[in-house]
Amino acid sequence: MIVTSALIIWKALMCITGSESPVVVVLSESMEPGFKRGDILFLHMNRDPIRAGEIVVFNVDGREIPIVHRVIMVHDRKDTGEVDVLTKGDKNDVDDRLLYVHGQLWLQRHHVMGRAVGFLPYVGWVTIIMTEKPIIKYILISALGLLVITSKD
Amino acid sequence: MHSFGYRANALLTFAVTILALMCAMASVSDNFNTPTPSAQVQVLNINWFQKQPNGNDEVSMTMNISADLQSLFTWNTKQVFVFLAAEYETPKNSLNQISLWDGIIPSKEHAKFWIHTSNKYRFIDQGSNLRGKEYNLTMHWHVMPKTGKMFADKIVMPGYRLPQEYR
Repeated sequence: MIVTSALIIWKALMCITGSESPVVVVLSESMEPGFKRGDILFLHMNRDPIRAGEIVVFNVDGREIPIVHRVIMVHDRKDTGEVDVLTKGDKNDVDDRLLYVHGQLWLQRHHVMGRAVGFLPYVGWVTIIMTEKPIIKYILISALGLLVITSKD
Repeated sequence: MHSFGYRANALLTFAVTILALMCAMASVSDNFNTPTPSAQVQVLNINWFQKQPNGNDEVSMTMNISADLQSLFTWNTKQVFVFLAAEYETPKNSLNQISLWDGIIPSKEHAKFWIHTSNKYRFIDQGSNLRGKEYNLTMHWHVMPKTGKMFADKIVMPGYRLPQEYR
């Protein structure tokens, strides 16, 4: 019941926001002081064009973890409707070309998973702790499982 | 029904619910703010205007940027990210947006500013379309709250033109 509820909520969120990952946790300090490690971002993805200043979450080919950075340059093609985007973390000194696939100069629309529309501070620390200290994750899951099994309801 | 576990669970759930409500109310309260920011930019000098070996035009310019963004700040505002972008159209691209300068304003006292700077990021066209090109300078801001929904807006300042010749 608990697992099913969580899954339904997640899938509903995916439908509402149009993004395959409606909530992400900030894992690095590249967007400080705006976003710190442990903040949770709410994403939204729609057909609106990508514009400079937006904070987007994008995937780089060959990297598992999506990156949250700010758009600093946009070139909107006339003929194809394609868009060339350059991003940068607020705290970083240089743009993100070093993060892209070697030889790639621009992001395109298909790399972008969503844009940030809101956030909550500190809430994501649970996820970070569980990722970085697997033993805590297993203890927590065991405790919850035990609780469910031994519940008298 | 009255075991310690149940009571702790109820208390925790109630606390988290109240916390979520407070965050939501803090975020909603931002909607009552009606900001009236102002901005001005003068391009004082074109320092450098050349075609790169790869065929793209590049410009470096010196600007005076002044703005009053104090009205963007509410009690829930953590920072305002402000940036200046050059925006123009070319035969190939319906919109080019190139950030020239950006800054983070941490508090209301810093939100009225005047700075003299050259462009922080390279102004490079995708092609060789910049000679004599008219462009807008647009001041964008992105209000980042302590919690909740983020807002963005801009002031468009038209009427800037690049030189006809390289220098």
